[in-house]
Amino acid sequence: MTAAVRRRRAGSPSGPRSRAGVPFLLLVPAGLAVGFLAVPLLGLLEETAWRDLPTELTSPIVLQALRLSLVCSVGAVAVSVVLGVPLAFLLARVEFPGRNLVRALTTLPMVFPPVVGGVALLLAFGRRGLVGQWLDRAFGITLPFTTAGAILAEAFVAMPFLVITCEAGLRAMDRRYEDAAATLGAGRWTTLRRVTLPLVAPSLGAGMALCWARALGEFGATITFAGNLPGVTQTMPLAVYIALETDLEAAIALSLVLLAVSLAVLIALRDRWFPSASA
Amino acid sequence: MSLEAQVALTLGRLELEVELVVATGELVVLLGPNGAGKTTLLRALAGLVALERGRVVLDGEVLEDTAAGTWVPTEARPIGFVFQDYLLFPHLSALENVAFGLRARGLAKAEARKRASGWLEWVGLAEHAGSRPRALSGGQAQRVALARAMVSDPRLLLLDEPLAALDAATRTEVRRDLRRHLASFDGTRLLVTHDPLEAMALADRLIVLEGGRITQTGNPDDVSAQPRSRYVAELVGVNLYRGRATGPTVQLADGGVLVVAGDHHGEVFAAVHPHAVALHRHRPEGTPRNVWAGTADSLEVVGDRVRVRVAGTVPVVAEVTPGAASELRLADGGPVWATVKATEVTIYPA
Repeated sequence: MTAAVRRRRAGSPSGPRSRAGVPFLLLVPAGLAVGFLAVPLLGLLEETAWRDLPTELTSPIVLQALRLSLVCSVGAVAVSVVLGVPLAFLLARVEFPGRNLVRALTTLPMVFPPVVGGVALLLAFGRRGLVGQWLDRAFGITLPFTTAGAILAEAFVAMPFLVITCEAGLRAMDRRYEDAAATLGAGRWTTLRRVTLPLVAPSLGAGMALCWARALGEFGATITFAGNLPGVTQTMPLAVYIALETDLEAAIALSLVLLAVSLAVLIALRDRWFPSASA
Repeated sequence: MSLEAQVALTLGRLELEVELVVATGELVVLLGPNGAGKTTLLRALAGLVALERGRVVLDGEVLEDTAAGTWVPTEARPIGFVFQDYLLFPHLSALENVAFGLRARGLAKAEARKRASGWLEWVGLAEHAGSRPRALSGGQAQRVALARAMVSDPRLLLLDEPLAALDAATRTEVRRDLRRHLASFDGTRLLVTHDPLEAMALADRLIVLEGGRITQTGNPDDVSAQPRSRYVAELVGVNLYRGRATGPTVQLADGGVLVVAGDHHGEVFAAVHPHAVALHRHRPEGTPRNVWAGTADSLEVVGDRVRVRVAGTVPVVAEVTPGAASELRLADGGPVWATVKATEVTIYPA
């Protein structure tokens, strides 16, 4: 009796005592964490000149960066789907020696610094790079400092997200549905088309959304490999970087667009990541 | 026209080695405890699991022969499979599910849907054609799964515990419907279950599978009358012993002797129905030739009878009235004497 009274006097929240079991002192650093994450976002929203926003969003530099970002990010998703989905199947379904190594390789771009990725791409696909020199000599194709190069750079960093999500979806899928399809006379391709892909479509969709968001936000690899040429490779993140020096309003407008995209992806995928929160 | 199969394979800890023949027109039920290999056997017949050794021949067509290296993939086998939890494609409607087999084999969409409609009507679910599987009840899903498996006129219908996913109330009704639907199928039918009631109700012939081996086969009445394994004996509810008979006595494998009527020789099974076992607190003297001592171990009320498990050299389950059980205070346990008339012991060759 006295112990409870003592605790109440020490400043614990009044009313019915919460049974959460979290020590009160934890609330302090937790609160600081929330502030740490929220303040920069609040700063961005606060500095925005909301009335001028429509004009900013339609200024040539912003529109150009927007259009380019869209083209490159969608292109990156396309490349990731074409290459990444088969890879996801391989990792999820086929037992082969070195599978763990391949999986590690796939997740590597998620972990190492994007600018390092850009350098690596340069050394591989640059004009005197490992593959690049052959591309140049045989087909006259150069990749650095081109839009195609920007797409490649974005795909390089974003594809792992697609592969990982797809692989998880494939592993989680009940493979007996494919058995059922086989007993009904469906060959491998028909089963893939009419059963497997529809069943993993949610994972595929989530993977594509993540991939797209990542590609959209890529900076380091793009600027290193594709350069910063307006209209050619100056995607939104790069444009923000440049605009900071000269045109703060444009930088803020672009930042808001990127922020809005991130929020949209988060909201769209909340059921996946926070199932109880959305209930 | 029939299915002939010799199947030998190892899957995890299961070593399956089975030889069976299913004639067209007979509904064969594969009965066995969980883990016996029933589902594995069905999957092997469907080609979903490869054989290590063996042969599967359906209506004269070799589907698989390990010796000759023949292998017909699942999708090319003329089979229909009803899975334990139906596995209706969740992203397709009931109609599209049923039509799947036809479309997969190349039939045009419109024609496939028309035929699927007919089958849905046959199972009484025409008004649910557009429903998704999650909107269907267990019994309805089962019927859609059956229609889906039968729509392409398979020559072999494999059913894996088709009633297991249903609650007890629905099961009886659906079992009746299933029997009716299966009766009109003119190919070979093989159904798997662990439920003895289902097996007895549906089977023309019963095959008992335990630990990957067939322990008994025959029509349900014969199997019940002469169990050949502990599992079947428990299902049927009789006491089963195995031993060597010399004239009127049987030397049991676990020790103990049974006196029986008639003259028998060789390895035999001895079956004693619980209601033929009498229990006494003191050693009785009378005509029963089989008298042995034991301890009343446990009691179980089954309907209006009480089953008493007696431990001893010759363990036995006796069936007595509740009145008798309370008069002898059998619930307290303690030593008892069990008697069985020699004429009540059924002997058959092992």
